[in-house]
Amino acid sequence: MNYTTDEMMTVAAARVLRDGTSCFVGIGLPSTAANLARATHAPDLVLIYESGCVGAKPDRLPLSIGDGILAETADALVSVPEIFNYWLQPGRIDVGFLGAAQLDKHGNINTTVIGDYADPKVRLPGAGGAPEIAASCKEVVIVVRQSRRTFIDKLDFITSVGLGDRSAFTGAGPRMIITDLGVLQPVDGEFTLTQLHPGVDVAQVVEATGWQLRISPDLTETPPPTDAELTALRKLAG
Amino acid sequence: MASVSSLAEAIADLVHDGDQVALEGFTHLIPFAAGHEIIRQGRKDLTLVRMTPDLIYDQLIGAGCARKLVFSWGGNPGVGSLHRFRDAVQHAWPVPLEIEEHSHAGMANRYAAGASGLPFAVMRGYTGTDLPKQTDTIKPITCPFTGQTLTAVPALNPDVAIVHAQRADRKGNVQLWGITGVQKEAVLAAKRSLVTVEEIVDELEPRPNAITLPSWVLTRVAEVPNGAHPSYAHDYYVRDNDYYKAWDGISRDRDAFQRWLAEEVAR
Repeated sequence: MNYTTDEMMTVAAARVLRDGTSCFVGIGLPSTAANLARATHAPDLVLIYESGCVGAKPDRLPLSIGDGILAETADALVSVPEIFNYWLQPGRIDVGFLGAAQLDKHGNINTTVIGDYADPKVRLPGAGGAPEIAASCKEVVIVVRQSRRTFIDKLDFITSVGLGDRSAFTGAGPRMIITDLGVLQPVDGEFTLTQLHPGVDVAQVVEATGWQLRISPDLTETPPPTDAELTALRKLAG
Repeated sequence: MASVSSLAEAIADLVHDGDQVALEGFTHLIPFAAGHEIIRQGRKDLTLVRMTPDLIYDQLIGAGCARKLVFSWGGNPGVGSLHRFRDAVQHAWPVPLEIEEHSHAGMANRYAAGASGLPFAVMRGYTGTDLPKQTDTIKPITCPFTGQTLTAVPALNPDVAIVHAQRADRKGNVQLWGITGVQKEAVLAAKRSLVTVEEIVDELEPRPNAITLPSWVLTRVAEVPNGAHPSYAHDYYVRDNDYYKAWDGISRDRDAFQRWLAEEVAR
């Protein structure tokens, strides 16, 4: 089957979620990937949304993090203070699945502002649940389309902390950035290209990255999406 | 005991110029009708508090009701940006907007402290982010038992909290279910409260996962069918996603926004 670069990204992200683990899900690309994982190899993946839905089992993609189908299918429905304080903060959730408006080579995320804070060029939506998801999940996976607008050498604002000083946090931080071009993983404290999706070359990824991208000497290629993965993804998307 | 009145009377009695006002509802049960009534009555200089100031605060900000916004995520969920909010922050239109910015966990804890009668809440978080540099209501605190450095955020105690619920009985006891967000904390933290409801019934039958806000902790209840539209009310109506998408176009342009205000909100 033919597939798009977005479908390759979503399938690659879904594959990293192991069955029987728990995942705190951000909306958009991460939510699509987490639901694909549950529909394919990880039927017992526990999906947790910041709206208070623990163990949501939607059979179509939710349109927002507070979609009614998440509430109807959840194992438990809790308040927003409870989801952050009892469920996220102690570090009991395995994986945080996040998107990003901008990120840097250390996996720091900016979703707050482009330009000066007091006189911004672009005012972005802000933090939402991301700082504590990035701080407290055992590990974090970032799913984002790769471009120079998004992969930035120096962020104007750090909204969520990446590989830097994590002494105040329970979680280990980001271990993977999955894009429409390939996969980046931390090597010596810096996100490095370790995997290319089929049909993508290194020059393309370098061109789409705003910092001097390091390339792993052991670069691998992502297996293409299977027919089963694509069929499940398209069914979810409706 | 809560009294029952029309929405217009409730806003006139409870919301004053310069008040700190929290309209809560996390994606679900957003009190849109009450927000529109605040616009119609021309309130000014409000400090608006809300975790997710989505379309309803975009509308209040664009209408010039707000002086300050206390928030944690200001976007159009599933669609994109809030253009009236951006225009106010980037260009001070129609009036300058001061912002006090937190994370969701920070806001949730601030309401919980307010509801608990405590001056502040303690949490992990914010460390290493740039938020404490911009927001003076985020401070480090040392645990007196372990010596760990944690984060303190002050209680929120709004002058008025406004939430929407599925139903109330004739005494003003309120029942809501589905995603309940931070509504209970907002109501218990506030000095005054208004709950708009889909319907007033003779008896509240038990619902799975429902929470009850007893009449004696509320100030006012008003029956406003469809009062959460275009958000949704679980078991009553679904989210009007087309409205959220259409808002992107309306809100991008000041003239289009003002036409919308004149046609859809003004009497």
